[in-house]
Amino acid sequence: MIEINNIAKAFNGKEVLKGISAQFQKGETNLIIGGSGTGKSVLLKCMIGLVKPDQGNVLYNGRDFYNCDKETQQSIRREMGVLFQGGALFDSKTVEENVRFPLDMLTTQSPEEKQERVAFCLQRVGLEAAAKRMPSEISGGMKKRVGIARAIVMNPAYLFCDEPNSGLDPLTSVKIDELIKEITEEYQITTIIITHDMNSVMEIGQNIMFLYQGDKLWEGVNSEITKTTVPELKEFLFSNKLLREMQE
Amino acid sequence: MSVIGKYFIFLGTLFGKGEKLSVYWQRLMEECVGIGVSSIFIVAIVSTFIGAVSCIQTAYNLVSPIIPISTVALIVRDMEILELAPTITCIVLAGKVGSNIASELGTMRITEQIDALEVMGINSSSYLVLPKVIAAMLTFPMLVIFSAFLGIMGGYLAGTLTGVITERDYLYGIRDSFVPYNIFFMCVKPFVFGFLIASISSFKGFFTSGGALEVGKASTQAVTNSCISILIADYLLAQLLL
Repeated sequence: MIEINNIAKAFNGKEVLKGISAQFQKGETNLIIGGSGTGKSVLLKCMIGLVKPDQGNVLYNGRDFYNCDKETQQSIRREMGVLFQGGALFDSKTVEENVRFPLDMLTTQSPEEKQERVAFCLQRVGLEAAAKRMPSEISGGMKKRVGIARAIVMNPAYLFCDEPNSGLDPLTSVKIDELIKEITEEYQITTIIITHDMNSVMEIGQNIMFLYQGDKLWEGVNSEITKTTVPELKEFLFSNKLLREMQE
Repeated sequence: MSVIGKYFIFLGTLFGKGEKLSVYWQRLMEECVGIGVSSIFIVAIVSTFIGAVSCIQTAYNLVSPIIPISTVALIVRDMEILELAPTITCIVLAGKVGSNIASELGTMRITEQIDALEVMGINSSSYLVLPKVIAAMLTFPMLVIFSAFLGIMGGYLAGTLTGVITERDYLYGIRDSFVPYNIFFMCVKPFVFGFLIASISSFKGFFTSGGALEVGKASTQAVTNSCISILIADYLLAQLLL
């Protein structure tokens, strides 16, 4: 379980996060939604240690990420898998080398063990055939899947996905969502997804948090979200013509 | 001043918690190829022509009956060893290697590849930058020795083929009044310049933020700052070591 308490962050005096608290349960896909510039990505970066919050703490199964010794922090990091928005694959490495990279750097496994694990992860995301290709030779959707394979190769306890559907067609988006949900349930991972994709909200959002101008305005499950009375959330949800028509 | 302070803090992080030695060895070899071996062609072209032009122009200006013609070769040799090979070669390398390093790291930064390393708990500056700095410090002196040799050979070819100087005079000139210490001085310069080029360019690339435009700016700044630092260090080394 991940628990965030009173997370606040300001850049050049501008408050981006205003004391956010939440709990994210194991084995669930937790979605953080909101419009552009509402602080979703900053919150994610605060949680994974790329941006240090001005106040508050982040607890990983009770271990305070920002107030623990370096060894504990390192071990928490090794329990994290992160899927970045653009995949963040290393351009100079093949798909297979990208997935093997965390194993090469952080483990003492034999080459055979690493190869077996990489093959399993690539098979899990359906990319066995692309193992020898370079990131520049594969599509956006495939890059995301390679990113997922790299994120799960170390058997993470926590999976963070920053806009996994951005730039993808609806069909590929659905496949990526399903893959993340399957992996979350299969390996009992605490998954946190940053998104503004309404399809993801309805399909895989087991626990949803809505951010607006750095504040948490709503939290709940996807079956309740359409019944919300929060005007900002209603405006966000039904900004799409199709959804508006469905609501009417 | 804050930029200089940030630069020194950045240098400190290179020697922070590192990864397995085998990882560094592999990275170092990759960088030696990328920085050193791939620069051989441009260094060879530039050095040969600079040596050739030095010989022709020195001979053109040295038209005194009391100065032996072998002095042309002596001047070419000392110019090459003391200044042209180490400084001009490193300025050329600042353009080629410096811009390459800054744009590579800048692109890695804006595409979140550096973030990905940091999230994994890897010391990204040490993993990415330290091998580049060491590779530059190792390969630049070799490239400069190669450059000096080709420069002197370029002078020889230009001088003898055009009839400006005879083969015998040239060979006599390059051995006349030779000071072995100058070779040591020639090797110290690229060692220092290699460090400056690789570290400054890495610094510029590593802290890039924004998009493609900023990567281009970082690359340009890396080259200009490297060139300025080379010229300052060149003067200081000359004052200190000669």
